[in-house]
Amino acid sequence: MTDPMLSARNITVRRGSATLLNNVELDLAAGELVGLIGPNGAGKSTLLSILAGLDKAMDGKVQFGKQPINQLSDSERAKKIAWMEQLSAPHWPVTVEHLVMLGRIPHLTRWRSPDKNDRECVSNALTATDCKDLATRRVDTLSGGELTRVMLARALATEPQVLLADEPIAALDIGHQLQILDVLRNFAEGNHACMVVLHDLSLASRYCDRLVLLNQGQNVASGAPGDVLTRDIVREVYGVDTMPVGPDNSMLYPIGLSDHER
Amino acid sequence: MLNRLTLLHLFLLLSMLILSILSFSIGAEQIDLLAAASNLFYGNSVDAIILREVRLPRTLIAITAGATLGLCGAAMQGLFRNPLASPGLVGSSAGAALGAVSVLYFGVQALHPQLVPLAGMLGSLLATSLVYILAGRDSNVTTLILSGVAINALATATMSLLLNFAPSPFAIRELVLWTLGDLSDRSLTDFYVMVPVSIVGWVLLIGTGRKLDALTLGERAAQSLGVNPARLRWQILLAVSLAVGATVATTGMIGFIGLVIPHLLRPIVGYEPRRLLFVSALGGACMLLAADIGVRLIPTETVLKVGVLTSLIGAPFFLHLILKSRKDGYR
Repeated sequence: MTDPMLSARNITVRRGSATLLNNVELDLAAGELVGLIGPNGAGKSTLLSILAGLDKAMDGKVQFGKQPINQLSDSERAKKIAWMEQLSAPHWPVTVEHLVMLGRIPHLTRWRSPDKNDRECVSNALTATDCKDLATRRVDTLSGGELTRVMLARALATEPQVLLADEPIAALDIGHQLQILDVLRNFAEGNHACMVVLHDLSLASRYCDRLVLLNQGQNVASGAPGDVLTRDIVREVYGVDTMPVGPDNSMLYPIGLSDHER
Repeated sequence: MLNRLTLLHLFLLLSMLILSILSFSIGAEQIDLLAAASNLFYGNSVDAIILREVRLPRTLIAITAGATLGLCGAAMQGLFRNPLASPGLVGSSAGAALGAVSVLYFGVQALHPQLVPLAGMLGSLLATSLVYILAGRDSNVTTLILSGVAINALATATMSLLLNFAPSPFAIRELVLWTLGDLSDRSLTDFYVMVPVSIVGWVLLIGTGRKLDALTLGERAAQSLGVNPARLRWQILLAVSLAVGATVATTGMIGFIGLVIPHLLRPIVGYEPRRLLFVSALGGACMLLAADIGVRLIPTETVLKVGVLTSLIGAPFFLHLILKSRKDGYR
């Protein structure tokens, strides 16, 4: 494996008496699409915001390449690491084009306005997410699927090295889910690193190179999807009994809550 | 889009120019504007003196105060991401009014006439600092608003206390009239006192445009774009406190311009917070100039105060906007 783009060591977060993350370690390499999975409240969003440099861990460190992330300036960090929030609606009904241009803010200074290059980045991001036709629409007229694509375009317009997406496909129909995951896949294949929080285990195992499974703030398993999503692990973490289905039995189909969960 | 924006800028600038000329021409005395203006600074004719000492300061103060109110309203609405936010939300107006009224109450303005505006600016800074300390550095927007409400209430209550204990009916009249908002009887010195502080506030605010744009996505996403929300809040609070403090300290409380103008112009600039800043400053200047010309034209027995007029026009107009946007669907 090449040197990781983004790496986290001994990440520990406590809030009050609760331990949200306990000694979590992970690496994200260029070209990888990594799925971050786990039950509700496992600490996935907390971990993602720490990787993005939005929150500080009480213990442990996050490095971009060889540089600790807290040594980067806000705008340096923002140029390298893009973060996409789950289910967020813009506060003002601006146009799609303007919203996506917001992704260029880390590259702009007070004296530098968007130029040809910035407009090109926006245009590329709109093309990658299939939002070209939406460019002049007002964001309050978009459907949920369109808005997610536009928000993803906003993150891509930054041209980051690392993209961290928090449940980007929640509340989307299956067609739009695949569309978004394809975009993430393409992004990773362009020698970028991408981590995505997912709840759908079969989509996670189908699209991701690696999975990281969190449970109660602990990294309980990580590796190739087939190694992480075993029937035993899923029963223990999610409390759900499953059966293998699909091509060469590579996916797990939930058949019900396991006995001790009933 | 750009064309429409350029047109809007031109329209507002032109309106400001025309309103300024009207403001020079209209008043109790008919003056020969051209003759007076040709020897503005050294002329000894009555017309030149009226223009120099009455109408010029009044017009300049109207432009500065109106621009401040419009700009600060736009910045506050951008910061709070709420079209109902106004410049007075974080205590600056009430603090400035209290500072100025305190000086009037104790009669210390006799020592130096500029003590009133200086105390006003100090009051504004003090009130905003209190709001800031009360809310805490990393507080969320709701705590900030609640602290603002608390400090506003405290400042208003203290003002009522001063009125309550006012030594004479004459003092009461002076205190109350001062809070109504007025541009008459101001001198160029008043303008020179208010303008540097206002400009510092403006410069700070104009620099926040792109960060306000980023806030469209929410505070966390703005942070992921490299914006420091706590620092941005601090910067805007300080700027509003300075600029609004300088304005209220000079003119008294002038309501609704900071609320209505950004609200009115927002759809025309495509709801973009950064573009709204400058046009709101121009729009605010136009509205206050127009209102101040209005009070000179309306034939009332007692002179109508401009703050009363802006509130009288502003309140129903604002109600109309709310009803209209309820019908159209978005804010």
